[in-house]
Amino acid sequence: MSEPALRIEGLVKEYRPGVRVLDGITLDIAPRGVTAIIGASGSGKSTLIRCINRLVEPTAGAIWFDGQDVTQMRRGALRATRRRIGMVFQEYNLVERLTVMENLLSGRLGYVSAPKAWLRRFPRADIDRAFALLDEVGLADLAHQRADALSGGQRQRVGIARALMQQPRLLLADEPTSSLDPKTAVEIMDLLHQAAGHHHIPVLVNMHDVELARRFADRIIGLAGGQIMFDDPPAGLADVELKRIYGGESWLH
Amino acid sequence: MSGPDAVIEREWRRFTPAQRLARWAVYLGIVAAVAVSARTIEIIPEFLYDAPEQLRDLFTRMWPVDWAHYPGGVHEALVETLHIATLGTVLALVMALPLGLLAARNVTPFPPLNYAAKLVLVASRSIDALVWALLFIAVFGPGALAGTLAIAFRSIGFVGKLFGEACEEANRGSIEALQATGAPWLSVLRYGYWPQVKPAFWGLALLRWDINVRESSVLGLVGAGGIGVALNTAMNLFQWQRVAVILLAILAVVIAAEVIVTQIRKRLM
Amino acid sequence: MLLAAYVVYAASTLGFSWSRMAEGMGHGQAFIGRMFPPSYENSEAILRGLKESLEIAVLASFAGILIALPLGLLAARNLMPAAVSWTARAVIALARAFHPVILAIVFVKAIGFGAVAGVMALVVASIGFIGKLFAEAIEEISMKQVEAVRATGASFMNVIAFAVLPQVLPRFIGFATYQFDSNVRNSTMVGIMGAGGIGAPLFVAFQRFEYDAVCAIVLVIIGVVFACELVAGRVKKVFGA
Repeated sequence: MSEPALRIEGLVKEYRPGVRVLDGITLDIAPRGVTAIIGASGSGKSTLIRCINRLVEPTAGAIWFDGQDVTQMRRGALRATRRRIGMVFQEYNLVERLTVMENLLSGRLGYVSAPKAWLRRFPRADIDRAFALLDEVGLADLAHQRADALSGGQRQRVGIARALMQQPRLLLADEPTSSLDPKTAVEIMDLLHQAAGHHHIPVLVNMHDVELARRFADRIIGLAGGQIMFDDPPAGLADVELKRIYGGESWLH
Repeated sequence: MSGPDAVIEREWRRFTPAQRLARWAVYLGIVAAVAVSARTIEIIPEFLYDAPEQLRDLFTRMWPVDWAHYPGGVHEALVETLHIATLGTVLALVMALPLGLLAARNVTPFPPLNYAAKLVLVASRSIDALVWALLFIAVFGPGALAGTLAIAFRSIGFVGKLFGEACEEANRGSIEALQATGAPWLSVLRYGYWPQVKPAFWGLALLRWDINVRESSVLGLVGAGGIGVALNTAMNLFQWQRVAVILLAILAVVIAAEVIVTQIRKRLM
Repeated sequence: MLLAAYVVYAASTLGFSWSRMAEGMGHGQAFIGRMFPPSYENSEAILRGLKESLEIAVLASFAGILIALPLGLLAARNLMPAAVSWTARAVIALARAFHPVILAIVFVKAIGFGAVAGVMALVVASIGFIGKLFAEAIEEISMKQVEAVRATGASFMNVIAFAVLPQVLPRFIGFATYQFDSNVRNSTMVGIMGAGGIGAPLFVAFQRFEYDAVCAIVLVIIGVVFACELVAGRVKKVFGA
């Protein structure tokens, strides 16, 4: 592939000494497309995603983004890197007492100085971009609503818009649909897929719904026991592979 | 982007104009108040420069701490202080309960009574325990009686107000259900309101007791019993080492009270 | 039932007796007779004292709140490394340990009689009160919201501004206004110890048995405290608390 957007080399994570949740993960993420990571609970999916922007500290290994190793970065460089990586969370993680608009603008906090942030003085361009993104995710009328007045699906749209506000080079999503009903989950995955194409950024999603992964991902990575068991386009995902990833047959039927 | 409309910039305001005005008015008010106060307050610079010197002098005089004084002069007074605090709190709870009920609009749907009760509660809280102590000393003479009543009367306002608010916030559903069965007023109170406000009430009682332990320790400074009396005597006689042991004793009791309250809270909640 | 037994025990230890109460009631009547009508003869001194009390309350609340805000932040265990938070908590605990009156005595000794001692004493008391409650409020916030804002690459202060403060501001404003009311009340009595305010004329009148003046001052205090509570209530509403 052309220059990868993200390169992970030998990533290891031990929450407790000797117990490896991630056991030497190596993979490249291309600059386009939706990559879905699937696996049973505890297989390390969430840990993998969170190591990329160091919300979880890796134990060993390297993560190359924009020509630098994220694992070795100090605070200032890490913040600069986080600016360029957008993240969407399972429980939306919006600031509930703030309005939708303020939540969106919080995506620009990596670029705005403290006094300006306190006084809510964001550049004109940011405000325009916020409104444009609100249109894109379909929430144009809700700019001034408080975040806690929104439904789950609406909140996740705000979450996606917030991540896009950063003008990121990579979008991470940690089980973005797990707290949503099936219909809304499909809408959100569709939105992620569309946004990725529209803004030309790769998306790395972590999910436990295999059908959703099959439908929206260009590439599926299956994790089991901290290692990659499967790494191919969805077409190649047959029952036998799923069994290897998830272990056991009973849930398949 | 679609058509010429898209060129119109959309505005984002964090606060409505009315909100902005109100906020600015408050800011201005605060700044004005602070500026006026700072200007008219008397500051004598020499005294301020002298301060570290004075404090050092004070602490040297307090050392070594006169531990020996404790059993004789301090312990009894400390126990008396605790009694004052506890008795005062109990008395306050007994008196605050009916007042709180009277002040709660849903329990007593009779506005004049509400206002009267609220007035009494406000008056009670506005006067500091020390001032109440002075009043009661004038009536009952110096001593623990004045102190206990002072604590009690000061606490009524605190407990009564918060208790009344807890009653007003009680869930109407179960109350109405009880009323619908034709239960007498007292039963509605006992079985409808009480279960709901009970945790708040005990929480309040504990909190107030904790505060009262602190308050009782200084009442004696004006003669209302407790360890404040010993403190006052020691200060007047410039026996700073005794002052030190008394202050430490007060500190110990206050900390102990807090620990007790936290433990009880953990058990109850 | 335990409580009732205790009450009887404690009462006797303290030397309460019905005869004393009865005596007291008699005195009480005379006392109330002497209190009314309240005498406003010395209204100059009263007004001066009142003004000073309010000044003490305003300055002490302002400084206390200003210091307690960052201090409470530093004391939050979920945001700060242990060394920092424990130091801050120790400072706050120390500030709370002593009653404002005792603090007033210490400050009077340090910087002499007058309102400044009162202000200092109440600043310390305010820091202790607000600092503790504020730290506790911060420790109860949802860290998920903080995590999300951190993930955008925001600086520490920006994370505070957008993820921490919105969650705790209403409660903080409640604490601040409550402390202001409390300081107005406290400022009336630090004067008894010589730290300025209306407590001084009150105590003087008391010692001279001028109970009608005492009554006048007490009524004024009630009025002022109540008025301040109303003002504080409106301020709370403006800031959405």
